[in-house]
Amino acid sequence: MATVSIRDLEIDFGTIKVLKTLNLEIGEGEFIVLLGPSGCGKSTLLNAVAGLLDVTAGQIWIGGKNVTWEEPKDRGIGMVFQSYALYPRMSVRGNLSFGLKMARTPHEEIEKRVAKASKILQIEPLLDRKPAELSGGQRQRVAIGRALVRDVDVFLFDEPLSNLDAKLRTELRVEIKRLHHELGSTMIYVTHDQIEALTLADRIAVMNGGVIQQLASPKEIYRRPVNRFVAGFVGSPSMNFVDGTLKMDADGAGFVLSDGTRLSLAGYEFAGTPKDGQAATLGIRPEQVDLVKTSDDATVLPIKLTMLEPMGADSLVWGHVSGTQFSVRIDGEDHVATPATVDAFFSPSQSSIFDKASGARL
Amino acid sequence: MATATMTAGSTAPEPSGPRPKRLTADRVGLYVFLVIAAAFFLLPMYVMIVTSLKPMSEIRLGNIFSLPEAWTIEPWLQAWNSACTGLNCGGIKVGFWNSIRILVPSVIISIFVGALTGYALSLWRARGSNLLFAVLLLGAFLPYQVFIYPLVRIYSSVGIYGTMAGIVVTHTIFGLPLMTLLFRNYYASLPIELFKAARVDGGGFWAIFFRLMLPMSTPIIIVAVILQVTGIWNDFLFGVVFAGRENLPMTVQLNNIVNSTQGEKLYNVNMAATILTALVPLVVYFVSGRWFVRGIAAGAVKG
Repeated sequence: MATVSIRDLEIDFGTIKVLKTLNLEIGEGEFIVLLGPSGCGKSTLLNAVAGLLDVTAGQIWIGGKNVTWEEPKDRGIGMVFQSYALYPRMSVRGNLSFGLKMARTPHEEIEKRVAKASKILQIEPLLDRKPAELSGGQRQRVAIGRALVRDVDVFLFDEPLSNLDAKLRTELRVEIKRLHHELGSTMIYVTHDQIEALTLADRIAVMNGGVIQQLASPKEIYRRPVNRFVAGFVGSPSMNFVDGTLKMDADGAGFVLSDGTRLSLAGYEFAGTPKDGQAATLGIRPEQVDLVKTSDDATVLPIKLTMLEPMGADSLVWGHVSGTQFSVRIDGEDHVATPATVDAFFSPSQSSIFDKASGARL
Repeated sequence: MATATMTAGSTAPEPSGPRPKRLTADRVGLYVFLVIAAAFFLLPMYVMIVTSLKPMSEIRLGNIFSLPEAWTIEPWLQAWNSACTGLNCGGIKVGFWNSIRILVPSVIISIFVGALTGYALSLWRARGSNLLFAVLLLGAFLPYQVFIYPLVRIYSSVGIYGTMAGIVVTHTIFGLPLMTLLFRNYYASLPIELFKAARVDGGGFWAIFFRLMLPMSTPIIIVAVILQVTGIWNDFLFGVVFAGRENLPMTVQLNNIVNSTQGEKLYNVNMAATILTALVPLVVYFVSGRWFVRGIAAGAVKG
């Protein structure tokens, strides 16, 4: 168990700035997920923490020790890769014990630790097999085991589940969560899969363009995204965005759509003081909209429904709000007629409003 | 099969099962060309074998394509045991064993050094490694003759000129560009995560090389062995210059046997000696066909 602290970290590849003055404090035993689209710098950050990449500027501290110039093996980290990266000519046992042999661990100690790790990961029957004789899920378990035997303080996961099929991914996701509960180690987990991020993380760092956009609990990220990027990236199907202008008048805060419809924003907590006439974007998640009125303070949203998309447990209704595409999630048992123009309802306190120019939350 | 096509003659058959194989005109042309090409290259081989199995009396008749009337393996025994180069009449077996003694250390050392260099250049990427690699490759394109005089001077000043060590070092140096290229490309094609994982696990430069990379290199080592065995065995220039009088390889000795004649030119012995010399690369080609093609493909430069 150790804290990880990234201070003013910068990484350049030639003239391209991949990470720009990045700061991140990770507490002991915390599960941090770095979430972002490809090329956002999340894997670069992980490689830098592992010591596999030279940093351009800044420091990396692990367990209260400045490890910026340390070799990977001296950092007390274990790493699990997307491609498993098992040593192909060694048996599972050989894979697990390689790191310990490198550290000149006594033979009995190696045996003991391999036995323990393989028990935790339920790979005992596989110990004498070669990686080629394992399935994808088994390989990834062995890869996790390789980090496990070394008794590391910090686990680094680089998209470990991306090569697995959907069912195995769900299984191993639960496994990793269980492992985190059992070991209590600090874990840094890179993924572009928001479900993994939301289910596993204590805190999520949403990254884009080499910058952490928001660092917060999964709930906070989902409910109160700090900008339009985070709002659009997290959540599936994506949040609906409707452009318009803010209207501050005697009736309170309002949002005027391009077709002139005024939506009441009563109950929305503005981060600052909103300006009258400011161009803004209203963000509402599909499940935050109802086609029936459920509470009295709900705002009416006229919507032109065009299409129903059943997805099993729920259905997605597609339509338009003042010319912009809009989706509403309804219960899978419910049915709506399309096409139709109806009144939908949403609660402004749950929605998000972003500045149109900067994308920042208002 | 025949009845099926006959009944389908009138009405077009419903396509079902494997597509029928038809002999098209371009196929026929291709096979004809291949047969002619094969015959063209095999004809000298045929003449050599036939001649080597004839007594001299038949050869003097001049029918080089005719089969021997009195088969004999005497020329082969003579070529192996007692053919003369100047005053030494030990046969070509002396050269054979010399070539083996040159071949084994040269192949092992050049492949090892090439693998190590390729590993260092592809995975550790020290500053200037790409430049070093480019310079190394350039070495593969310079004619060998350019290096001979300077190398002779260098070797004689360190005292390995005309020794076994001299010829082994020469083969190692000149094998380096190709071997490095081969291994660098091979290691560059492996997933880089493997190397990263080994570093996280605490492997150093040598540990990763010996415990991880070398055991994974079997395919490329086979390719390298093929290239080096044929290349070094067929070498004439370095052998004649650097090996010294005691260690002349088989190719040089063959030349001496064929070119030094007292009295009658023994064509059958010469043919037998030539086939014997060519036998090692020939066996390598035949045994390793698939791998050999892979070796040619492995010569392409990758990131």
